[in-house]
Amino acid sequence: MCVTCGCGDTGGAMMTLHEVEHEHEHVHADGTRHTHSHVGGVARVPFRQRVHQAAPVREPALSVPGRDQQTIHLEAQILGKNQLTAERNRGWLSAKNILALNLVSSPGAGKTTLLERTLTDLKAELKISVVEGDQATSNDAERIRATGVPAVQINTGTGCHLDAEMLERALEALQPAPASLLMIENVGNLVCPALFDLGERAKVVIFSVTEGEDKPLKYPHMFRAADVLLLSKTDLLPHLRFDTERAVANALAVNPHLKVFRVSAFSGAGLPQWYGWLKSELAACRGDSAPASA
Amino acid sequence: MHELSITRSVVAIVQEHAAGRTVTRVRLEIGALSAVMPDAVRFCFGICAADTPLAGAALEIVEIPGVGTCNDCGAEMSLTARVGRCPDCGSANLRLTGGQELNIKEMEVASCA
Repeated sequence: MCVTCGCGDTGGAMMTLHEVEHEHEHVHADGTRHTHSHVGGVARVPFRQRVHQAAPVREPALSVPGRDQQTIHLEAQILGKNQLTAERNRGWLSAKNILALNLVSSPGAGKTTLLERTLTDLKAELKISVVEGDQATSNDAERIRATGVPAVQINTGTGCHLDAEMLERALEALQPAPASLLMIENVGNLVCPALFDLGERAKVVIFSVTEGEDKPLKYPHMFRAADVLLLSKTDLLPHLRFDTERAVANALAVNPHLKVFRVSAFSGAGLPQWYGWLKSELAACRGDSAPASA
Repeated sequence: MHELSITRSVVAIVQEHAAGRTVTRVRLEIGALSAVMPDAVRFCFGICAADTPLAGAALEIVEIPGVGTCNDCGAEMSLTARVGRCPDCGSANLRLTGGQELNIKEMEVASCA
């Protein structure tokens, strides 16, 4: 369809971008046939809305009753609203020196178990709170509360990811303490949560050794969006044919900046390194409130 | 799956800008590396647009190809996936410079609805 007059498509050669000068022929519903050109030069403006009347200068008689069109140039980011809320969350968290981490993985990679262990080991030392995201049930929040750490559960219903507005509401309900650690356990899904910034300081992707070594290659968006990789369930390695080096190499091929920790919530292996990173990030948050990814 | 919430956002943003007028066409720009499938958006659009001023509107999707720059040698390359190696120096340290777009470019409304 022509941007300028709103008439129907007459062939593949038609251009509809105003930036490009072009000429084409139209045949209207009443059989009227005419040719017209669009003059280029509509500047790109980095602004949300620019409205102009589509009636072409040279063809005032073009309009067909009921077919008058107006083109509105939006240049709007589809995820702009989420991004705006995420930045607001980030500012709120930053002002309170809270380290917020977005934990992501496929279902069953061991997010909740690793979180339970981390909370049990660190709760005496650090102030921690948790936001739990799942499609249904409050099982995970109950598991977290059983460790003595405050938690809120968000059920996304049909939704496959948490978004910034959900976190905003969770923050209101949870009121995490200043200079504390906020763990956000996203919905188990390696696809959608990669696209939705919540306002976290970093994304932590959990990848278990019971998955395939090529998982980072299959789900590159998530591994690319993450800052930290926790290779989990390493206590199971003796029972598996899992090539740890190849798995880590695949993850680093997707994202050379990933910080990798090999951990087991069951045996405790590798956890001191992970805790060391958490504490140093929290210290950085208290001293310097700028996001790590900036 | 996330295409549904993305399409809902599209409908909400367009509806806001339409300010009550009937929307006849929406043009989106979707990058090849944006993790959003144009076909899934097309599928969701009809459903999300129903009972809104966008009902029956034409959906045009401009797909933007993936482009990357090597952080090590500065070479530019086209990318079909987020993972790749620089054709010049073999480095995997690439920066995506195009193909991540997810924008509503323009919309068309009936001016005398």
